[in-house]
Amino acid sequence: MLLRHTPKEVAERKALAINPAKTCQPIGAMYAALGIHGCLPHSHGSQGCCAYHRSALTRHYKEPISAATSSFTEGASVFGGQANLLQAINNIFTVYEPEVIAVHTTCLSETIGDDLNQIFEKARREGKVPEGCTLVGAPTPSYVGSHVTGFSNMVKAMAQLAEPSGKKSGKVNIIPGWVEPADMAEIKRLATLVGVPVTVFPDTSGVLDAPLTGEYTMFPQGGVTIKELKASGDATATLAMGEWCSADAARWLDAKCKVPCTVLDMPFGLAATDRFIDVLRTVAGVTVPDAVAVERGQLVDLISDMHQYLYGKRVALWGDPDQLISMCEFLVSLDMQPVYVVTGTPGKKFEERIREICAGRPFEVKVKAKGDMFLMHQWIKNEPVDLLMGNSYGKYIARDEDIPLLRWGFPILDRQGHQYFPTVGYRGGLRLLEKMLDQFLDRKDRDDPETSFELVL
Amino acid sequence: MAKTSKAVRFDPADIKEELLKKYPPKVARKRAKQIMINEAQESETPPEIVANVRTIPGIITMRGCTYAGCKGVIMGPTRDIVNITHGPIGCGFYSWLTRRNQTDAGETGENYMTYCLSTDMQDQDIIFGGEKKLAAAIQEAYDLFHPKGICIFATCPVGLIGDDIHAVARKMKEKLGDCNVFAFSCEGYKGVSQSAGHHIANNQVFTHLVGENQTPPEGEYKINLLGEYNIGGDGFEIDRVLRKCGITNIATFSGNSTYAQFASAQHADLSAVMCHRSINYVADMLETKYGIPWIKVNFIGAEATAKSLRKIGQYFGDKALMDRIEAVIAEEMPEVEAVAADVRSRTEGKTAMLFVGGSRAHHYNELFQEMGMKTLSAGYEFGHRDDYEGREVIPHLTVDADSRNIEEIEVEADEKLYRARKTPEEIKALEDAGYKFKHYDGLNSDMDKGSIIIDDLNQYEAEKLVELLKPDIFCAGIKEKYSIQKLGVPMKQLHSYDSGGPYAGFKGAINFYKEIDRLVNSKVWSYMKAPWQENPELTATFVWE
Repeated sequence: MLLRHTPKEVAERKALAINPAKTCQPIGAMYAALGIHGCLPHSHGSQGCCAYHRSALTRHYKEPISAATSSFTEGASVFGGQANLLQAINNIFTVYEPEVIAVHTTCLSETIGDDLNQIFEKARREGKVPEGCTLVGAPTPSYVGSHVTGFSNMVKAMAQLAEPSGKKSGKVNIIPGWVEPADMAEIKRLATLVGVPVTVFPDTSGVLDAPLTGEYTMFPQGGVTIKELKASGDATATLAMGEWCSADAARWLDAKCKVPCTVLDMPFGLAATDRFIDVLRTVAGVTVPDAVAVERGQLVDLISDMHQYLYGKRVALWGDPDQLISMCEFLVSLDMQPVYVVTGTPGKKFEERIREICAGRPFEVKVKAKGDMFLMHQWIKNEPVDLLMGNSYGKYIARDEDIPLLRWGFPILDRQGHQYFPTVGYRGGLRLLEKMLDQFLDRKDRDDPETSFELVL
Repeated sequence: MAKTSKAVRFDPADIKEELLKKYPPKVARKRAKQIMINEAQESETPPEIVANVRTIPGIITMRGCTYAGCKGVIMGPTRDIVNITHGPIGCGFYSWLTRRNQTDAGETGENYMTYCLSTDMQDQDIIFGGEKKLAAAIQEAYDLFHPKGICIFATCPVGLIGDDIHAVARKMKEKLGDCNVFAFSCEGYKGVSQSAGHHIANNQVFTHLVGENQTPPEGEYKINLLGEYNIGGDGFEIDRVLRKCGITNIATFSGNSTYAQFASAQHADLSAVMCHRSINYVADMLETKYGIPWIKVNFIGAEATAKSLRKIGQYFGDKALMDRIEAVIAEEMPEVEAVAADVRSRTEGKTAMLFVGGSRAHHYNELFQEMGMKTLSAGYEFGHRDDYEGREVIPHLTVDADSRNIEEIEVEADEKLYRARKTPEEIKALEDAGYKFKHYDGLNSDMDKGSIIIDDLNQYEAEKLVELLKPDIFCAGIKEKYSIQKLGVPMKQLHSYDSGGPYAGFKGAINFYKEIDRLVNSKVWSYMKAPWQENPELTATFVWE
């Protein structure tokens, strides 16, 4: 037993987090910044933060993650990090030649009170920013919120680059939230299929799924360009996917640039994808082509074909609020039972949404924001589940309790495919179904007695 | 990139110039001192390398921080101490199970390595101070687990807001009564790399654990193994070999370690130091306080393992032991040699680059040599000058502002526990026979003349080096792995071994030979171009034309 010291009895903890279901803001900001074309993320803090975030993202994507750091020493921590950041900006533009540097802060630089905008101004005055290059900055104190908050803060900083020209572009902004590169590509594909020109930001497709060619480029083809971000203020509408990941940026564009926004759930599963497509065609004033309805119908078809294996299955999920909300809705729509739902990210509204989704169903949901995986494991010990859904850290619970684990979320450190095969949209829904059914049916084939072992399922 | 004839002929001075060319002048001046061309050792004034100095802001470094070195590297592999990170959630999260320290607690033994505990500081803790929350967290951890020891690790903001974690630890140790609670001021901004964190960790282990257990462990030929972290099971293989030789390993610092092992370390009669960088000062302190002499060993490489075992045997000077060691070597080597001979037919003459750790870049040189491979360029991520140039330079090291901040603890001979293991005559006799105590020549002495030694290699220089010298394999860490591989060159992680290992000892050498053979001779690296990219001109015609 790898988690042998986890007791069944739940005792309230006020001070200690054990086996967290979240990490800190800066890594979210770094991931979001990688979705800007030609951008080098920069961590304004001591160099360990940057090393940890790069390592975590590299292990998840199996791709190079370039990012720089202000490498604070004790002196910088006492006197402020301005000199370090100015030097870093100069060095980065000289050596790596990015088009953009996206700086996020850390608990260290936030505690000492460094002001990014003031340092940026100084860098520009001193000629450290080459013509046509951009500095973006987001405050990401690690002691507030979670990695999701950091992602949202950097996305908001991207929106704040908008320079409305006063003339509408006819495009729709889509803020996809913290999803995989393949999901961002799938959202673009669906929008194209519906016939709506979109700006997706951030967009890590084409950045964190780069091909192996024998040549290395620090700044691959993908990512939203600064030009597109500037034009985001001219869009017809913004669709923000996820209250936690994307809403702040969309509301800012709404308030400051008069781009009306709709905050949607992330398009995981049938109903959330339906709403996405429906809102998209409404704001763009287009008719949805049959091809989309065919994809939808295929998903409904597989759901009906396999309903017997899904019905009543108890699931424990952990991860980030926006993803969990849509996934819970999807599971409930399959007549499955998301009985334990935990995020480390704070937010009372999260618990309310999950309860709403599960209301009137034949099970009682235990849900916790600011929770951790230790607590969830204790719940499981008291009443087990049929499936675990979450990041790779779940494998320790899966092994100890002999419960199948469907890896979904961040980080996935031990399986592949998440960066290449989307789980958003109708096709993503098919893939989620495939993965769930594989887990359940593999179990069945393993556990059924020989007498009832069957070829056809 | 084609892997045909690669007799690399290069002028190291040109390479150095190329690496520095793009830098702003200030950066170029600093980096020039950290890139050296290795000279023949007989040279009277071997060139100095600048090491253990600040990383330049904005230059994408391989280095991590003091917290990573302290909590992640040194204290991470101890299974029965509960580690609590005092800070925002990130640091605890990132150091949770991400190093491949293996441990064997059996079916029921204590093992907290799978748990991540943090005070998860919030903004109100930053504003009003986190001491109360820390004390409560220690209590909650104790109530849940009842461990023998609880360690507290400071993250960056803790130092800034002035939480006195040591006072909290003292108070809680007293309150709990049967749990040793102590803390580490390992804020990430201290020092210039994870090396400072190793030092902070080891000082506290030495202060709070070593010497606690008064009952001498049983066994003959007692040693401590210092600076071995059981990545991928290295420590298990070394322990297997030691046991086979009849040598008792009292405490490994800190692979597969336990509270009790640290607490009994003073009972050993010899300290064998693997990773010189992370722990040589502990070896010194063990000698000063308890009278335990130390030697440098290296269990990476079969020859190096044999040599290290003989060195341990010679120290004890017991014929029975020395015979047994020879018997073990004779038994283990044929399999190693058979695999080496087979692999060597495919690896001979291939080239490698090694940029890792504070000792690993040196240790792995041995393995590559055993395969007939040549290291073109090497360096450390967080080494100091003595790791490059040998311990002779230690008296000449300048203490800068960053090093001054890292506590050096002064120890003296323990009145009760100090015991000279050898008489001065015995020591002299060994030394006269060529035996070297407290001796380490450093990496440079094992590198070819004209090879390029680079301290704190960064992303840009790594890419340039690979482009210019086209090694057959590049070794570093996870952050470097995929940018190198995008260039079409296989990359082997020598921090985490990817998912491989063990690579130490005899069995480890076999694993490594096979792994490197797999990497440098794989066809994978020939798939870069599609046929239409290799022959873009259309020369055929359609059959129906």
